[in-house]
Amino acid sequence: MKNKFAVFLVCAVALVALPLFVQQFGQGWVRILATALLYTLLALGLNIIVGYAGLLDLGYVAFYAVGAYMYALLASPHLTETFPWIAAMFPKGLHMPIWVVVPLGAGLAALAGVLLGTPVLKLRGDYLAIVTLGFGEIIRVFMNNLEHPVNITNGPRGLDRIDPFTIFGVNFGKPLVVGGFSIASVTLYYWLFLALVVGSVVLCHRLELSRIGRAWMAIREDEIAAKAMGINTRNMKLLAFGMGATFGGVSGSMFAAFQGFVSPESFSLMESIMIVAMVVLGGMGYLPGVILGALLLSALPEVLRYVAGPLQHLTDGRLDASILRQLLIALAMIVIMLLRPRGLMPPPEHGKAAPSPATAK
Amino acid sequence: MSEVVLEVKGVSKRFGGLQALSDVGIRIERGQVYGLIGPNGAGKTTFFNVITGLYTPDAGSFQLGGQPYKPTAVHEVARQGIARTFQNIRLFPEMTALENVMVGRHVRTHSGLVGALFRTAKFKAEEADIAARAHELLDYVGIRRLAEYKSRTLSYGDQRRLEIARALATEPKLIALDEPAAGMNATEKVVLRELIDRIRKDGRTILLIEHDVKLVMGLCDRLTVLDYGRQIAEGTPGEVQRNEKVIEAYLGAGHKTH
Amino acid sequence: MDYFLELFFGGLTRGSIYALIALGYTMVYGIIGLINFAHGEVLMIGALVSWTFTTAMAGSGMPGWVLLLLSVPLAVLVCCALNFSIEKIAYRPLRSAPRLSPLITAIGMSLLLQTLAMIIWKPNPKPFPTLLPPDPIDLGGPVITITQCLILGLTVVILSALMWLVNRTKLGRAMRATAENPRVAGLMGVKPDFVISATFVIGAALAAVAGIMWAANYGTVQHTMGFLPGLKAFTAAVLGGIGNLAGAVVGALVLGLVEALGAGYLGELTGGVFGSHYADVFAFATLILVLTLRPQGLLGERVADRA
Ligand SMILES: Nc1ncnc2c1ncn2[C@@H]1O[C@H](COP(=O)(O)OP(=O)(O)OP(=O)(O)O)[C@@H](O)[C@H]1O
Ligand SMILES: [Mg+2]
Repeated sequence: MKNKFAVFLVCAVALVALPLFVQQFGQGWVRILATALLYTLLALGLNIIVGYAGLLDLGYVAFYAVGAYMYALLASPHLTETFPWIAAMFPKGLHMPIWVVVPLGAGLAALAGVLLGTPVLKLRGDYLAIVTLGFGEIIRVFMNNLEHPVNITNGPRGLDRIDPFTIFGVNFGKPLVVGGFSIASVTLYYWLFLALVVGSVVLCHRLELSRIGRAWMAIREDEIAAKAMGINTRNMKLLAFGMGATFGGVSGSMFAAFQGFVSPESFSLMESIMIVAMVVLGGMGYLPGVILGALLLSALPEVLRYVAGPLQHLTDGRLDASILRQLLIALAMIVIMLLRPRGLMPPPEHGKAAPSPATAK
Repeated sequence: MSEVVLEVKGVSKRFGGLQALSDVGIRIERGQVYGLIGPNGAGKTTFFNVITGLYTPDAGSFQLGGQPYKPTAVHEVARQGIARTFQNIRLFPEMTALENVMVGRHVRTHSGLVGALFRTAKFKAEEADIAARAHELLDYVGIRRLAEYKSRTLSYGDQRRLEIARALATEPKLIALDEPAAGMNATEKVVLRELIDRIRKDGRTILLIEHDVKLVMGLCDRLTVLDYGRQIAEGTPGEVQRNEKVIEAYLGAGHKTH
Repeated sequence: MDYFLELFFGGLTRGSIYALIALGYTMVYGIIGLINFAHGEVLMIGALVSWTFTTAMAGSGMPGWVLLLLSVPLAVLVCCALNFSIEKIAYRPLRSAPRLSPLITAIGMSLLLQTLAMIIWKPNPKPFPTLLPPDPIDLGGPVITITQCLILGLTVVILSALMWLVNRTKLGRAMRATAENPRVAGLMGVKPDFVISATFVIGAALAAVAGIMWAANYGTVQHTMGFLPGLKAFTAAVLGGIGNLAGAVVGALVLGLVEALGAGYLGELTGGVFGSHYADVFAFATLILVLTLRPQGLLGERVADRA
């Protein structure tokens, strides 16, 4: 017991101290870490939908987009510049505090999840996949085109000058100076995301070990048997959709503040697919697996981007780092699934049970 | 004197050109083991699917524990008190035996999102209760030692018993077993028979589909014989065995082996 | 009226191409229950092979339509070999794996083919040579091009051939039997592996032809060109009721027309607010609407859950 606590403590300290160590090699590395954590948050959310409830959602990024645009609209000059009446209401500009915007973004995403879920959740599994995919695309088309007749999303150019977070008076947009020691802005975000990931892991773990979590898994394993056990599958699926969407919404507002800029490009189908791949490659429904998958798929290729700079010259521009990255992701998806169809880190097993004595042949 | 648990009248169900059930009715009293037999394709499973809400019947009236019920939503039927097993075992394969039974407690427990996320005292108490009850039931059907194994790794006979434990976990007024002995050897069947006897003695009411004539005749208080979707006989095992139509349609083959 | 006809034929052409692609999706889904995400990329490879051939031979002095015709068997061959290998390498080993695993390899395969195509053919969009006279034919108004006529005619021929294959040949019966119940089909002497490979090969041939049609009709080729038609064709397959061949064709035509007419008229009706950028929204909104009303798709059969 004491031993476990010690290990835990060491891990915690290491995780918190990591960016301070890494930033010596450049801020870019800390940014990679923070982005990886953000993806982890997304993967944890999608895991509720795909991993626990077994609903294949190929448009998860739509919820991410809803959260991101929500924050971007309520904490950037775009709306006040476009609509004089809003400017009149907020003479000092629209700078909603995160305590308002993040819950709002989460709530709106959850609402979107439930609205989408209500008509489609009775569909067969693979139909659901294509409908959610379509929903993701619809959201993206709207982001791209809602600049006419009134400019809401600013189209493909996206929204910029988004406020950084301010939490307890600490402005995340500027380095924090503590006793002569300066902590970079990305490091602050890293800590914030780390806290969120840890919190989410706890929440997911608690859900997993509850009546609701078991009901989700029962639906995933055999929907008819689940119904026959008295589970209201429609409500449970909606709950999973709503919960997953909430995670997506929160991550979205984090993303908007972290980047300071959002545009439809960040919410493409490819992004949805990457998140699904993280969940499945890592180990569907198993938290350590999901985290591993998210970290691996988001961080490794980024690292590569830094390492493989000279490659482009060697290959006459055909093989630059981003192409190599894409190639590696593709190969990883294929090879990992072929070698480990249940994912890199599937839930541990007790092994095969011997038949009971009375039933022995 | 005895109270009626399930009373079903005039059930019909058609699949395209096939009349799978026509005008079937049964009445089961509390504490009975009621048998449903018939040759392959007679409509037994279809009857189960209708009374549990999986298939919508074309006609029929339904009463459970004296209350009329509409078998339209499967989960509602389970809530109202019918639990079942499946002819071709439908466990939750990636969940452990214990978790399978714990899922059975779903419908009799209440904790929600808030309880789960904040681990309230009430939630913890209920969870402990669910786990304890599930262990008890595993013990009851004789597979306690398999609690931590994934259900897909269990042997066939153990899976059937696990399905029974899961159904019992819902505290059903009526437990419906679809060919629980299918694929079992003689020893396993003896154990199963003891289990069904015990369930009855503990006050539950059982509806049983079974092909094994010896098992059915030995266990059931009353039974119904289906053939091509029609109810060709109803009564005590003795009456049914003497029924001409039954001998012709079904028991004919069975009698020779006696 | 001319405007309507122009939109109508545009939609019909687009729908025909979707139909050829959708058939590949629906056949594969019907037999192994997999959404073959890489199918759109097979189309893209077909188009790029055709592009390579026709541009390389441009100086040979042969007339355009001969070149185009010659490039078809070449592209079909390449795509068939490709799809055959994809199935063998990436899907076959996963046939008994959890449901999502082959889906992920399929997505990976799609990404891999796109990336490889980008490396081989470079990422820039390339003009597909105009091999047929581009002027519209006058039917009391310029409404349809020769390319469109050819696409419509060819689609009818291919669909008839496919119908014959599926309904009248031994292979077709084996395919239908496997789709119905692979285990029983196996017991009756059908070799599922062979049938599955054949399905992938047939699907690839259709996709290759569709790819060339797409390139000839819209005039550019690029490594990303397979994505959108692939996605729409899959939507069409679902719209029609996945696993159902006639459904795929009907779904595709409906989708093509909805997109063309919707995009063409809605802009006008709403004073330019909802322009043609919303074509995709129509496509998916139609899908969601249809599935909400008819969860099994337009022509799909309602499968009661057997318990
Ligand atoms: N969902 C369905 N759609 C079409 N036909 C069905 C469906 N379910 C059952 N049937 C048909 O209804 C008839 C009765 O089937 P049922 O499964 O009820 O028989 P059974 O008495 O349980 O037979 P067995 O002893 O083999 O289990 C069969 O002919 C079967 O093919
Ligand atoms: Mg049966």
